[in-house]
Amino acid sequence: MAIEFQHQQSAHCENGVTSNLLNFYGIQLSEPMIFGIGSGLFFTHLPFAKVNGIPVTSFRPMPGLIFKRASKRLGFKVQKKKYRNQKTAMSALDALLKKNIPVGMLVGVYHLNYFPTAYRFHFNAHNLVVYGKEHDTYLISDPIMETPTTLSYAELQKVRFAKGMFAPKGHMYWAKKIPDEIDLKKAIVKGIRKTAKDMVDIPVPLVGTKGMKYLAGKIRKYPVKYGKRRAAQYLGQIVRAQEEVGTGGGGFRYMYAAFLQESADILKQDWLNDMAKEMTEVGDIWRTFAVETARIIKDRSALEDAYNKAADILVRIAEKEDVIFKRLKNIKE
Amino acid sequence: MKESEVPQDDANMLDGKLREPCYALDDNGKYTTVRSVGWEPKNIVMQDAWDAVYEKVAETKNRVKAGELSPIAYYMEKQLMDTSVLAAYTGFFRWTVKRHLKMKAFKKLNDIKLQKYADVFEIDIETLKNLELQ
Repeated sequence: MAIEFQHQQSAHCENGVTSNLLNFYGIQLSEPMIFGIGSGLFFTHLPFAKVNGIPVTSFRPMPGLIFKRASKRLGFKVQKKKYRNQKTAMSALDALLKKNIPVGMLVGVYHLNYFPTAYRFHFNAHNLVVYGKEHDTYLISDPIMETPTTLSYAELQKVRFAKGMFAPKGHMYWAKKIPDEIDLKKAIVKGIRKTAKDMVDIPVPLVGTKGMKYLAGKIRKYPVKYGKRRAAQYLGQIVRAQEEVGTGGGGFRYMYAAFLQESADILKQDWLNDMAKEMTEVGDIWRTFAVETARIIKDRSALEDAYNKAADILVRIAEKEDVIFKRLKNIKE
Repeated sequence: MKESEVPQDDANMLDGKLREPCYALDDNGKYTTVRSVGWEPKNIVMQDAWDAVYEKVAETKNRVKAGELSPIAYYMEKQLMDTSVLAAYTGFFRWTVKRHLKMKAFKKLNDIKLQKYADVFEIDIETLKNLELQ
């Protein structure tokens, strides 16, 4: 039994699942649109929250927020459920598939056998859609993959009940009510305003453009404080968050620029095209930050100067983004 | 970044299993996506992170050989886990897992407990017990 489900690859899994699910219900929105409406762009550096001993830097909000915001702003009602019992979670999925309902779910990626080895670590907030079951095999639309794939009953059960941080606990979600009409303009404006506020208005030094400057300050101290090996690893982690996990390049900046371009047409506000250009330029600078970091990692003898140079790039980005988001904050319909 | 400038630096990071969409500008200055197999700076950063993992695994293996740590410590590192993830998978308390990482405590473990670890690591008990022989 397979549902007629169109699979479209995306850079980021949460955007992709949202976009593919909406498309199934006849609402065609691109990945950048979902990303922008769901206010997916963010920045935070948390020196005290460590994963494998390395402080966390993130370019996105908490997992699940993009989906939650996008569906809310588009008037799309979603039913969610978590399970304690693994068998119950699997039968609940089967029951929905029998009713021809494609089901989104959270899974851990460590045991996802179709993933490249280099991406298989204990990250538990990956999203995919199950759109059918044939005998013991589930049909999977994983937005990271180019084409649809499959998982056996045992494999799917295992990834749905992966353990560790953000353990999915069989979490699944599906459409309950589809809006008759979507106020796209309103949703876009809401999405942009929220992102702009998050980036420049939160009075905490760890988030938004303030967070970038804060991180820049930390980076300057890295080589002296932690020694070369660890300092390079700390810096590398930032770039991995920026480029590795499906950002579409430049820490989501290019994707956001694409969103601004589309919004300029929909809202008939040409200044957003200029903002898209600015955003593209910032994306390019983020890429130079990655280049600088790679140079430091490769050349283990890198001096403090190199770290200062990387930090300077971050400060420059922060200053540019400060201007962009302060303008975007005043967007009107 | 223009469409034609999207890097295609293959370091086999994706095992040939997929290419990743990158957002880039077409000739008219409009955004589109181009699939990429990789970008050198990103490959370097990822490789460095994996090298750190391999170093830790090798170091742990040596400490197991020296009789200091138990094979559980080795398999835990090898499967990129820490004590909290391993505790969650086995159902043991974290402090219990920490104790089992020591050779002394490991030697006293019965087969039922060993089986729990073996199941999580997807190996059999004999493989778990006889790491030092490999």
